Amino acid sequence: MAMEDVTGRPPPKSVLPMSPIGWARRNLFSSPGNTILTLASLYILWLTIPPFLDFTIFSAVWTGTTREACLVPDAGACWPFVWANIDQFIYGRYPPSEIWRVNLTFALGAAVIIPMLIPGLPARKLNLVFLLIVYPLVALVLLAGDRPGLPPVPTSEWGGLLVTLVVAITGIVASLPLGVLLALGRRSDMPAIRMLSIIFIEFWRGVPLVTVLFMASVMLPLFLPEGFSPDNLLRCLVGVALFSSAYMAEVVRGGLQSIPAGQYEAARAVGLTYWQAMTQVVLPQALRHVIPGIVNTFIGLFKDTTLVLIVGLFDLLGQVRAQLSDPNWTVPQGALTGYIFAALVFWAFCFGMSQYSNFMERRLDTSRER
Amino acid sequence: MSNESEAPAKRLKVSDKVMIEMKGVNKWFGDFHVLKDIDLTVNEGERIVIAGPSGSGKSTLIRCINHLEPHDEGSIAIDGIELTEDLKRIDEVRREVGMVFQQFNLFPHMTVLENCTLAPLWVRKMPEAEARDLAMKFLERVQIPEQANKYPGQLSGGQQQRVAIARALCMNPKVMLFDEPTSALDPEMIKEVLDVMVELAQEGMTMLCVTHEMGFAREVANRVVFMDEGEIIEEAPPEEFFNAPKNDRTKEFLAQILAH
Repeated sequence: MAMEDVTGRPPPKSVLPMSPIGWARRNLFSSPGNTILTLASLYILWLTIPPFLDFTIFSAVWTGTTREACLVPDAGACWPFVWANIDQFIYGRYPPSEIWRVNLTFALGAAVIIPMLIPGLPARKLNLVFLLIVYPLVALVLLAGDRPGLPPVPTSEWGGLLVTLVVAITGIVASLPLGVLLALGRRSDMPAIRMLSIIFIEFWRGVPLVTVLFMASVMLPLFLPEGFSPDNLLRCLVGVALFSSAYMAEVVRGGLQSIPAGQYEAARAVGLTYWQAMTQVVLPQALRHVIPGIVNTFIGLFKDTTLVLIVGLFDLLGQVRAQLSDPNWTVPQGALTGYIFAALVFWAFCFGMSQYSNFMERRLDTSRER
Repeated sequence: MSNESEAPAKRLKVSDKVMIEMKGVNKWFGDFHVLKDIDLTVNEGERIVIAGPSGSGKSTLIRCINHLEPHDEGSIAIDGIELTEDLKRIDEVRREVGMVFQQFNLFPHMTVLENCTLAPLWVRKMPEAEARDLAMKFLERVQIPEQANKYPGQLSGGQQQRVAIARALCMNPKVMLFDEPTSALDPEMIKEVLDVMVELAQEGMTMLCVTHEMGFAREVANRVVFMDEGEIIEEAPPEEFFNAPKNDRTKEFLAQILAH
C-alpha cells in the first residue's frame, strides 16, 4: 500500500552502503566455512580465467591470411580462421553473388522486430501483423528466390547463422501463439478440445527433438505420396515449431493457473465474451507471470537449433564444424577457436533475450509504485 | 422513479415493472443441493438485501442471475430476457447486469480508467473519447476521479471497491448485484463504500445485495430476504424483518449477528 510520507529521521548506519572492506568482511569472510568457500572459489577462478583470457586474447593470433600465421609456437586462438570463413559461418553455401538477399532479409527482420521490442512506440499491433504474416512471406521469396530477378537458392545451400536464425525465429514466432491456444484448449470446458490438446501436448513433450527431426526428415517422405516432398528445411521448421509449442503450452498453462478465477468472472460479468476476456484480461496477466518461463523456452529452442545438424542442415555450429576440415585452415587450435566463436555468438543472442526479458518484467510490474 | 436524491431511499417509488423473476430455481454442486426451489421477483427500482449464514447459498443465488453459475432447474428472466444456455442471451443479460465482488476483482494490469473503459470499448463499441468521458463521470460519482491513472494495486481496499462499482456502472446496467461488497474491507473503509451504494439506491437503481451490513439493510432495503441451507426462509420489509421475524431460524440468525 502507498506510503506517502516518511519522517525525517536518517536511517541507522546498518542500512547505509558499506565500505568495500566492510562488505567483504560481512559477505565473504563472515565465518570459517564462508572463508574457505571464498578462497576455494578464488582459486578456481584463478585456474580458469587467466588461461582462457590468455588463449582468446593475449596469445591469440589476430591477423593473417593463411594458416601459417597461426602456426607459431604457443599461439592462442587462431582468429584469422574465423575472419576467413565468416561468410560461410553466416550464410553457409549461399551463392556469394546472392548474399545481398540474406542481408536484406536480416535488415528487414531487424527493422520489424526492434521497434516491437521498444515499449511505447506506436503501431505495435500493425508491426505484429507484419511480423507474423507479411515478413515470413517476404523472407521466403527473398531467400528461396525462383522469382524474376531472384534466381532460386535451394535450402540445401543455406547454412550458418542464417539457418540458425530461420529455425529459431520460426520456432519462437510460431510456438507462442500455438502454445497459448493449446494451453487454453487444455483448460477448455469442451471435452473434445481438452482431450485433443492434452494428446498433442503430451505426444510432443514425450519425444526427443532429435526423434522429431529424424521423423520429419527421413520417415515423413516415406509416408507421403511420391513427387510430393516438402523441403527438408521446411519439414524441420514444422517439427521444431510443433515441438516447442507443446513446451510453451505448459508454460502458459502455469501462468493461466496463477490468475484467480475472479478475474475471468469479472470480465464476463461486464459483458466481455470468452475471447475478449482471455485476450484483454486473463492472458496479459498470465503471460506476464511466466515471462521467465517463456524466455527460458525461447533460449532452449534457440540452442536446440544446433540439432538440425543430424538431418543434414548446417546451422552455425554445423558450419563451424564443416569449416574445420578445410585443409587451408588445419591448425592445432582451429577447433577450439571455432567452438569458442560459435559459443560467443550463441551466448550473445541468448544473453540478449534474457536481458530483454528482465527489462520487460520490471516494466510490466504494475504492483509497485512508479 | 424519483429524482429527489434528498429523499430517504425507502420512500422511493418502486415501479410495477418486473426486473428479475426467478421461478423454481434449483442448483446442485455435485450432490450438494445449494439452491432449493427459489422463487424471487424483483421489481424495477427495488433494493433487496439477501442475508443468511455462510454457506446458505446467497452468493450462488445472485451469481445465477448473471449466469456466472448456471442453474439446473427452473427459470430466471432479467428484464424479460430468459436465461438459457444460449450464449447470446447470456451476454445480453450480462450487459444489463452489473456486478460487484467481495474481492473487487479489478484488473491489476490496467489503470483505474482502463478498468472502467474496457467494457464500453469492447462490448458497446463506444468511441474512445466517449468511453473516457463516461468513465470519468462515474469515477467522479464514486469520488475518486483523481485516481484515474493509477493502478489498482496502488489504491486502498475501499477505493478499489468504489472503482469496481464505477466499472460496473459504466455499462449503464439496469440491475446491480453486490456480492458481500464490504466483507473484505478494513472497518474504516466500509462506510465509504456503503455511502456510494446508498447514493446509488437513492437514484433508483435496482439492487440485489448480499451483505452482513444490517444498518445498510435497514436504511435502504425494500425487502430483506433471509436464506438458510439453500432456501428462502423469510422475506419481509426491514422493519418487519428486524422487529418481528416470524421464523425461528431468522430469529436465531438475528440474535447472533445483532449481538455484537
